Amino acid sequence: MFRTFLVILRRDITLAMRRRTDVLTTLFFFVIVASLFPLGVGSEKEMLRFLGPGVVWVAALLASMLALERLFASDHADGTLEQMMLTPQPLSVLVLGKICAHWLLTGLPLVLVAPLIGLQYHLDGMPLVVMMLALLIGTPVLSLIGAIGAALTLGLRGGGILLSLLVLPLYIPVLVYGSGAVAVSTIDLADVQPFMALLGAFLVLALAFSPLATAAALRISVE
Amino acid sequence: MKRHWFHFSAPSTFYSLAGRMTPWFLALAVITGLISLYWGFFETPDRLGGSNPQKEYYRIIFVHVGSAWMSMWLYVVVAGWSALGLVFNTRLSYMMAVSVAPTGAIFTFLALFTGAFWGKPSWGTWWDWDPRLTSELVLFFLYVGYLALHSAIDDARRADRAAALLAIVGLVMVPVIFWSINCPDPNQCAALHQRSSMSDIDGNILFGMLGLTFAFWMYSFATSFMRVRSIILEREADTTWVAEQLQKEGVR
Repeated sequence: MFRTFLVILRRDITLAMRRRTDVLTTLFFFVIVASLFPLGVGSEKEMLRFLGPGVVWVAALLASMLALERLFASDHADGTLEQMMLTPQPLSVLVLGKICAHWLLTGLPLVLVAPLIGLQYHLDGMPLVVMMLALLIGTPVLSLIGAIGAALTLGLRGGGILLSLLVLPLYIPVLVYGSGAVAVSTIDLADVQPFMALLGAFLVLALAFSPLATAAALRISVE
Repeated sequence: MKRHWFHFSAPSTFYSLAGRMTPWFLALAVITGLISLYWGFFETPDRLGGSNPQKEYYRIIFVHVGSAWMSMWLYVVVAGWSALGLVFNTRLSYMMAVSVAPTGAIFTFLALFTGAFWGKPSWGTWWDWDPRLTSELVLFFLYVGYLALHSAIDDARRADRAAALLAIVGLVMVPVIFWSINCPDPNQCAALHQRSSMSDIDGNILFGMLGLTFAFWMYSFATSFMRVRSIILEREADTTWVAEQLQKEGVR
């Protein structure tokens, strides 16, 4: 079962590496959105430091949401997805492999580039580390929750905008505690722990249930 | 007369049952609604609290609390029907879920709307990012997402099942949203809603509040049944029983 997971993971990463623009567009979308805010709201240092955590998280939310559409779309279009569903391996494991690959390609780059964005917002030292850590725990949750929405809206007209309607409300807790952790870390580092614990709880919960729900959603969408 | 347990789970039998029950629920809703509105307006104190009393505007509570309760309860009902539909694969369960959801969305909106009108005189603001307001807003988004997904899919069977799954996923979110009321650091987020308990409320006010909640509940039954009847007719339009039924009702 673990081998199936690895095979899917390697396949998806190889496919994405053949077409790198998809990965890079998500990353640059994140960077551009985060850079737009100081231009829009003004560049006073104190205000930016105050806005920073929230802006980075909202930008990460939007970036990972926009990338979701591609999660199953190409496999659905060329029929690979149906073949996957016919294999004797449990669909949820295959789905988990696809989600992991998706996170490695869209979530992880965001985590790695986030300190640079943080510097734009005059965050430094520990808050930057906390932000990376929070994104590291939080972005997989976004991919996992988003996969359910992506599977439900598979092949629908105007699927992208509908997907945002379904997925964004479910992202809210991650946003609240993710940006909360960073905001708290600028005041007192000791207060970060409960936020991280809750983010970790979301991750465990999503990791346990999302592949099952996504597999069920795929079975509904592809009949 | 002995009837099978699932007798009314067939759309054709439920259609007439819902038709017969709708007027009763509607009457109950109107009667209890009128009684509790009367009670709320004339049998309760004019002002509330000690040094800084809430004046007449506190009467919004009768609509506000009832609609907030119903908004949450109806989401559970939608998710419950959805789960029943996915487990037993009964068409009627999905139809019930779809017909309850708009009423739930309306009550969620009503709770937010009346809350804003209450907030303006008592807190001095229409809106605040209080955890409970936020969670109610998220609930509204969940309803909207559910209805949007259902109406975006043309194939009724897929629409039913996809929306049902979404409702259940949303239900997993509901406790998460409610935990946000007990946020990790109470100094970080001051909650505007105090923890309230039933025993602290004046008896007359409680009567009006519970009465109107009951009226809203009955209203939800009535509207859902009316809506489910239209959905049944729409989905089963090609069957013979619909043709016979319409002939009986004198619709051409």
